[in-house]
Amino acid sequence: MIYETLRDAIRDQSPAALVTVVAVERDLAPSTSLGAKLLVRPGHDPIGSLGDADLDRVVARDALGELESGLTATRHYGPHGEARQDEISVFVESFAPPPRLVIFGAVDFTAALVRVAKVLGYHVTVCDARPVFATKTRFPQADEVVVDWPNRFLAATGADLGPRDAVCVLTHDPKFDVPAIVAALDTRVGYLGAMGSRRTHADRMQRLVDAGVEDAPLARVMAPIGLDIGARTPEETAISICAEIIALRTGRKAPSLRDNDGPIHA
Amino acid sequence: MREVLNDVERWRSAGRRIAVARVVGLEGSGPRDPGATMVVNEDGEVAGSVSGGCVEGAVLTEALEILGGDGTPRLVTYGIADEDAFAVGLTCGGTIHVFIEPLDW
Repeated sequence: MIYETLRDAIRDQSPAALVTVVAVERDLAPSTSLGAKLLVRPGHDPIGSLGDADLDRVVARDALGELESGLTATRHYGPHGEARQDEISVFVESFAPPPRLVIFGAVDFTAALVRVAKVLGYHVTVCDARPVFATKTRFPQADEVVVDWPNRFLAATGADLGPRDAVCVLTHDPKFDVPAIVAALDTRVGYLGAMGSRRTHADRMQRLVDAGVEDAPLARVMAPIGLDIGARTPEETAISICAEIIALRTGRKAPSLRDNDGPIHA
Repeated sequence: MREVLNDVERWRSAGRRIAVARVVGLEGSGPRDPGATMVVNEDGEVAGSVSGGCVEGAVLTEALEILGGDGTPRLVTYGIADEDAFAVGLTCGGTIHVFIEPLDW
């Protein structure tokens, strides 16, 4: 029953966390067995039991939290779910839907970014207001190609974006990218990058300020987009963008183009 | 688990008994993150992996013992000192904890 429910959740890409007891001091926690399981899904009652109702309740709550962040980790509890005790070790494995990457602008760089992001496991959406460019033929690996204005697209879907997700604005055109960035700043998206030369970027920052964006939100914008690795081709640029997304998520100090002032390309 | 689902389903429909091995902990550097999964059926067929290929043989042996015995799960640690790593197992010198259990849930 637990396996079948988990299997269906994985296939439907609906979130689930599988909790397994991987170590237990049986003399101190006699009701809990090695391998006992609890399957937790948002909006559903947990399935299974770790052998103690209080333990189940505490662990289910914590597992939902791990699941929301897409984390997989071992946690420790007392026999009835006490924190700061470690008679019971449980492995919480999160099965979360893939993180999302939304790319605005159907340009050459977009195709390369779609390919690299797919390698990393992202669900990729390409969005551009120009139907001639935003076609599935040009971006066969994209999960979704949408013809729409970026700000209108984000107004409809932005609430779904979270800390694991990314938005890349590659439009190069203030008519599209200023409203796109403003709309993206209204979401909880974890990474927001915008492409452009240093001159384009300075001009765009001024437009964003003129549009009423304040300093704190502005600091979320990674622009010029990508790490300072001297990328030349669309493919190399895609690598530098994805590497920056990873570095921002892990909190590592990798040199972003934003923080230097030299030439973007080698 | 995601990447071995198709194999598990095929084995289940053929009525095979299955053991699941998952990386549940990692110290130092390891080739696969927690959650990496390898499945074994009673005929000794394997899908998925828990490392870069270094401890899969040992995990297979444990899994077959579990399927052939009373089915009690095991938490097994593979820890390799750096100087021995290349010879014995994990080329990266890490320690991994692998939980192995029958798929009876």
